[in-house]
Amino acid sequence: MPDSLTRAIRWDTVVGALLLVLLLLSFSFVDGFGNALNLSFLIGNTLPIALIALPMTLLVVAGEIDLSVASTAGLSGAVMGKLWNEGMAIETIIPLCLVLGVVCGLVNGLLVTRLGLPSLAVTIGTLAGYRGIAQIVLGSDAVTDFPTQYLDFAAGRIGDSFLPQAFLPFLVLLAVAVVVLHATPFGRSLFAVGASQEAARFAGIRVRRAKLILFTATGFMASLTGVFWALHYASARYDNATGLELSVVAAVLLGGIDFDGGKGTLGGAIAGVFLLGALQNVMSLMNVSAQSQIVVTGVLLVVSVLGPRAARRLAVARAGRQAASTPTSSLRSPS
Amino acid sequence: MTHPSDAGPSPVLALKGISKSFGAVRALRDVSLELFPGEVHALAGENGAGKSTLIKTLAGVHRPDAGRVLLDGEPVVFHGPGDARDAGIAVIYQEPTLFPDLSIAENIFMGRRPKRALGRIDHKATNAATAALMRRLGVELDPERPARGLSIADQQIVEIAKALSFDARVLIMDEPTAALTGSEVARLFGVVRTLREQGAAVLFISHRLEEIFQICRRVTTLRDGAWIASEPLDGMTEDDLVRRMVGRDLDELYPKQDVEPGRIALSVRRLTREGVFTDVSFDVRQGEIVGLAGLVGAGRTEVARAVFGVDRWDAGEVEVDGRALTNGAPSTAMAAGLALVPEDRRAQGLVMDMSIERNIGLTGLRTTVRAGLVDRGAERSRSLDWAVKLRVKYARIADAVSTLSGGNQQKVVLAKWLATGPKVLIVDEPTRGIDVGTKAEVHRLLGELAADGVAVLMISSDLPEVLGMADRVLVMHEGRLTAEIPRSEATEERVMAAATGRAAA
Repeated sequence: MPDSLTRAIRWDTVVGALLLVLLLLSFSFVDGFGNALNLSFLIGNTLPIALIALPMTLLVVAGEIDLSVASTAGLSGAVMGKLWNEGMAIETIIPLCLVLGVVCGLVNGLLVTRLGLPSLAVTIGTLAGYRGIAQIVLGSDAVTDFPTQYLDFAAGRIGDSFLPQAFLPFLVLLAVAVVVLHATPFGRSLFAVGASQEAARFAGIRVRRAKLILFTATGFMASLTGVFWALHYASARYDNATGLELSVVAAVLLGGIDFDGGKGTLGGAIAGVFLLGALQNVMSLMNVSAQSQIVVTGVLLVVSVLGPRAARRLAVARAGRQAASTPTSSLRSPS
Repeated sequence: MTHPSDAGPSPVLALKGISKSFGAVRALRDVSLELFPGEVHALAGENGAGKSTLIKTLAGVHRPDAGRVLLDGEPVVFHGPGDARDAGIAVIYQEPTLFPDLSIAENIFMGRRPKRALGRIDHKATNAATAALMRRLGVELDPERPARGLSIADQQIVEIAKALSFDARVLIMDEPTAALTGSEVARLFGVVRTLREQGAAVLFISHRLEEIFQICRRVTTLRDGAWIASEPLDGMTEDDLVRRMVGRDLDELYPKQDVEPGRIALSVRRLTREGVFTDVSFDVRQGEIVGLAGLVGAGRTEVARAVFGVDRWDAGEVEVDGRALTNGAPSTAMAAGLALVPEDRRAQGLVMDMSIERNIGLTGLRTTVRAGLVDRGAERSRSLDWAVKLRVKYARIADAVSTLSGGNQQKVVLAKWLATGPKVLIVDEPTRGIDVGTKAEVHRLLGELAADGVAVLMISSDLPEVLGMADRVLVMHEGRLTAEIPRSEATEERVMAAATGRAAA
C-alpha cells in the first residue's frame, strides 16, 4: 500500500507547503515583506485569529462551532475599557474579563448540550447578543489610556527581532492545545465525538461534558483575545474584532479541519491561520484593495472546504488503484 | 402439494425455484410460491429466514440468481421497483413514507395528477378520485387532509389506496400490524377482506401467529432461506406452524462448554423505562451465558441500553459485581466491568472512518495512559493483540474499519470490548448479518469467555443461536419478561410461545 503517497497528499501537509511557498515567494519578490517590522506586523495582526483558532479547532473536530467568539472578544474589551474608566486596577480587570469569557462560553455550551440546540444557531444568536451587551456597556466610547507597560507588551517586539513579545505566550498555548488534542485521552475522544457521536457514547465517552468544556475554553480564549486586541491596538471599543469569527473559521477549515467533525490536526489549522494572515499582509503590501482582499478570503474559504475532500478522494482512489481489486470512484465533483 | 385442493383459478403471481445469494450468504434457495386472486396468503418464518429477500424479489428490488417469476403464467423480469408496480404488484411496508406536507390525495397521485387545460392541476378530480378509492376500501379519510399527523394505520390505508390507484392486483403487506393497536388491526383486516372480495391477492407477513390464522387461508413457510411448505391453514394449530418455522437440529455451530456458574455478576432489579419496558429483573452469574429472546421490538435492546447507561431508566437498579451503577452513565458502567456490543455496529459499535487501531483504542483511552497522555505504543500493542486474538482479517491496523467486511467489523467491536477485560459482557445480536464461519467463531469466543468466568448476556433473534449457546433463556414480550427457561427445558416452541405472548411458560 502506498503509505508515503497517501500521506503526501494529506491536506494539512498541503497547507503547510503552500505557506512555505508563499513565504519564499514573498521574501523574494514582494517589496517590504522581509523586513522585521513588517513581519512583526504580520504576526501581531494574525495572533488574535491564531489564539481563537486553538480552541475553535478542538470544537470543530468535535463537530461543533462557535461564531460568537469575536463578540465575546469585543465584550471583554468593552468591559475592560469601562472598568478602567471607573478607575479599577488593570490587574483586577483582566481576570474579571477572563471570567466573563468563561461565562459567555458556558452559556453557549449549556444551550447546546442541555437543550440540544445546534451550535451554529445558538452562537449566531449570542454573536448578536454579546456584541449588543458590549455596546450597552461602553456605548461609542473608545478607551485608549491603558497602562504603558501593558500596551508595550501587547504591541512590542522581542528586542530588534521580528517576533512580537506576545508570540512566546502564544507558543506556550499552542503547545498546550497540541498536546490536549493529539495526546490526551480527552482530545483523542473528540475525534470520535465529531465522527460519530452515537458510537462515542457507546464507547463510554462523556459527549456532553466534553462539548461543555470546549465551549467554555473557547469563551476563555476569546476573552483573552479581546484583552490582547484592546492592548495591541491601544483601543477598547464595543466593535473591536468585529467579523473576526469568519477569519478564524476560514483559517481553521483551510487548515483541513473537516466542518463535519472528526478530522484534522492543529498543525494544519495553525498553518491555515498564518497562510491567511500572510496572504492578507502581502495583498496589503501590493496595494490590493480591502474589498478585493475580502473576495480572496471568501474564495479561500470555499477552497478550504473543497480541498481536503478532494485530497481524501484522491487518497482513496490511489489506495484503490494500488489494491487493484475493485474499481473505485475517482475524483468526482463534490455534491 | 403446492397446489391447494380447490385450485380453480390460475395463480396471478408465481415464483418457481427462486434462489438469491449475497456474497457467501444464501438468502433464498429454490423457493416456490403461488398467489391466487382473492386469496390472503401468509409468509411465515423466523427473522433471517428469507422473508424480506423474497418480498424484495417480488417488488423488483432484487433480481433472483436463479428461478422464474410468472405473472398470469407468463415469465417476467423486473428491472426495478417501477416494473413490479406497473405489473400490478404493490408493497405496503410497516412504516409508510408519505410526504407530510402534501394532502392525502396529493400523496396518492404524486407525479401523475389529473390535469386541466394549460397543464394546471385539477384538484377537484384528484380529490374525487381519492374519495372513490376510500369508498372502495370502506374507510373514511378526508382526501384534502395533510399526511402530517396521520396515524401509522391511516398512513398504511393511504399506501393501500395508492396501490389500488395503480390497479395493483397483488398486495404484499410486510408486518403491517406491528405498530397498530387492536382496533386499528381490526379496521386493516376489514380493508384486507374487502380487497380479497374484489379479487386481489394479498401476501401477508406477521410475527403474530393469531393474526395469520385470523385472516389467511394458506401459509408458505421459509426457514434459513429454504422453502419448507405451502399448505392450507385449515386444520393446522399454532404449534404446528411454529414447528415448521423453527424445527431443525443444532450442530457444531454452537460449541457450548459446560461451566459451573459462580457469583452473581450482573443483577438487574425491577428495571423500568416508561412505555418501553416494565419491571424487568434478572441475574447473570459468572461463567453463565444467558440468552435474552423475544420478537423485534419486545424491549430487549432497550433493556441492554439502559443497563449500560446509554439510556436512562425511570425505576429499578442495576449492580455489576456488587457495585450499583449510576443511571445514564456508560463510563461508570465500564469502570464497573460492564461491556456492551451494541445492535448496530456501523452506527453504535464503530466509528467507521477511524482506523482499526483507534476504534479498539477508544475503550482504552482512560487506561492506556502514561503521565496523563495516551501511551501510543501501549495503545497499538493492545489493539494489535486483540485484533490478532480475534483473527480479524485486515491489511493494516491503520486502515479505516469501513474497509472491512461485516464479520470482521463485528470482530473489531468485540475486540474493542474484550480489551477492557469485562466482568459482564452484553452482546446484542452478535452474529446478525455475518457469515456462518465467523458466526461459529463468535460462538466459540463467547463460550471461552464464559469458561473464563465472564458473565454473558446474549440478546438474539436467532433462536437456534440462543438455544445452542445459552445456559438459561429469558424471554421478553411487549416490554416484560414473560419466561425464564433453563437450558434443559428450552425448546424453540416454548421460547416462541413466550415471545408471542401465547402462553406463560
